[in-house]
Amino acid sequence: MKATKGYAGIFGEGLWSNNQMLVGLLGLCPLLATTTSATNGLGMGLATTAVLVCSNATVSLVRNLVRPEIRIPVFVLVIASFVTLVELVMQAFFYEMYLVLGLFISLIVVNCMIIGRAEAFASKHSVDRALVDGLAVGLGATLVLTSLGALRELVGQGTLFNQAELLLGEAGRHLTFHLGDDYQGALIAILPPGAFIGLGLMIALKNLIDKAVKRLSAARRAKPVQAATQPPEPAAG
Amino acid sequence: MKTKTILLAGTVLGAFATSGVALVAVTHAMVDQRIADNQYQAMQRKLAAILPEGASDNDPLRDYIQVEARELLGTDATQVYRVRHGDDPVAVVLEPVVPDGYAGPIRLLVSVMHDGTLGGVRVISHHETPGLGDKIEEAKSDWVYEFKGKSLTDPPPEKWAVKRDGGEFDQFTGATITPRSVVNAVKNTLIYVQNQGDRLFEPASEAAEQPAGDKDR
Repeated sequence: MKATKGYAGIFGEGLWSNNQMLVGLLGLCPLLATTTSATNGLGMGLATTAVLVCSNATVSLVRNLVRPEIRIPVFVLVIASFVTLVELVMQAFFYEMYLVLGLFISLIVVNCMIIGRAEAFASKHSVDRALVDGLAVGLGATLVLTSLGALRELVGQGTLFNQAELLLGEAGRHLTFHLGDDYQGALIAILPPGAFIGLGLMIALKNLIDKAVKRLSAARRAKPVQAATQPPEPAAG
Repeated sequence: MKTKTILLAGTVLGAFATSGVALVAVTHAMVDQRIADNQYQAMQRKLAAILPEGASDNDPLRDYIQVEARELLGTDATQVYRVRHGDDPVAVVLEPVVPDGYAGPIRLLVSVMHDGTLGGVRVISHHETPGLGDKIEEAKSDWVYEFKGKSLTDPPPEKWAVKRDGGEFDQFTGATITPRSVVNAVKNTLIYVQNQGDRLFEPASEAAEQPAGDKDR
C-alpha cells in the first residue's frame, strides 16, 4: 500500500476497488443474516458505518500512545464501546429497527472488517485519513448490504424497501415498492443460500465491470498491452 | 525494565477500559428512560391490538402477576396482565410459549376475555421457516386473526386442531407443524385461564413497581 494517497484514492478504494465485502469477503455473518430486505441491509450498513468511523478516528488518535503488544485488546475495547453506544442509540431512537436487527448489532463487535481497518489503516494514518477511510469502507459495506438486501427482497418477496418507515420514519413509507400481488416469491432468496448466491452474483458483476473499465482505459491509452496480471486472490475472513 | 513495560502497558489498557466504560455508562444514563419508554409503548400497542377498544381503565402493564405453569403455558415464569374496568375484571393477557414449534420455541401474546373468549392472539417472536411457518406472523398473513372470539366451547375442545387433524383451524401449505403447535398452545392457555378462574384477578401481593416491558432488556 502506498503511504501517500489522496482522499479520493482512499475513498475509491474503500467504496469500490478494495470493497471489504466484495473483495475482502469480510463480515459474512451480518451479510448473510441481515440482508433479507433492503431496509434491514441499509440499517445494518449504517450502524456498521457509524462504528467504523468512530473506531477508525479513535484508533488513529491514540496510535502513538498504544504499545504494539496491547494494540489488539485496545482496538477491541474501542470497537466494543462504540458498538454498545450504537446499540443504545438505536434502541432509543429506532426501536422498531432495533427489534428487527437485534442481536446482529452487538455482533458488529466481532466483524473482522472493523478491526481489520483499525489494524491495517487507522493505526498507521492520520486522523483525517482514517476518518475518510472509515466512511468509505462503511459506505462500501452499506452499498453491498443494501443491494444484496434489495435483490433478495425483490426475488424472495416481490417487494422493495418494505417497512422502510422503521428506519426512515413516515417518509420512508413511500419508498416501498410492490411487484404485484400475484408474485409468490422465490423462497430460496430469503433463506441463507440466497445470500451466498446473491453475493456471488454481485462479485461476478463487480469483476465484469472492473474488466470492462480496464479494457476501456487500455484502449483509450491506445496502448493495447494485454494485462496479464490477475487481481490478487481475496483473503477469507 | 521489563516489569516497567508491562506495568505501563497494563495502565494504558486500564485507561482505555475505564474510558470505554465511562462512555457507555454516560450514554446509557442519557437514553435509559427513552428506551424504557419505547419498550413500554411497544408493549402497550401490542396489548391494545388484542383488546377491545376502551374496554379498560387500568394500566395492565403495571397490574400483573407472575405465574408458573410449565404444563399449560410452556414456560416456568410468565406474566399475567390483568385488564379491568373499575373493579370489574375485563380480560387477562398472557405470554405463553409454544414449546414445540418447528424450529424452537414460539412466544405468543394471548388475551382471554372474562367470558372465556379469545380477544386475540399475536406472535411475539419465533424462528419458523421464512415463507412457510412464518405465516403465523401478523405481517405475513391473516392467520392469527382466526383465533379472535373463539373459546373452549366454540369450537368444542376436540375441534381445537388444524383441519388436517380434523379440527377447525387452517394449516399452511407445506407447514403443518407450526400451526398445529400454536393452536394447541392457545387451547392450553384457555384451559389454564378456565382452571384458574377469578384467582387470576386477585390483587398482587405487592404493587408492581417496574413497568413490565423492562424484562425484555
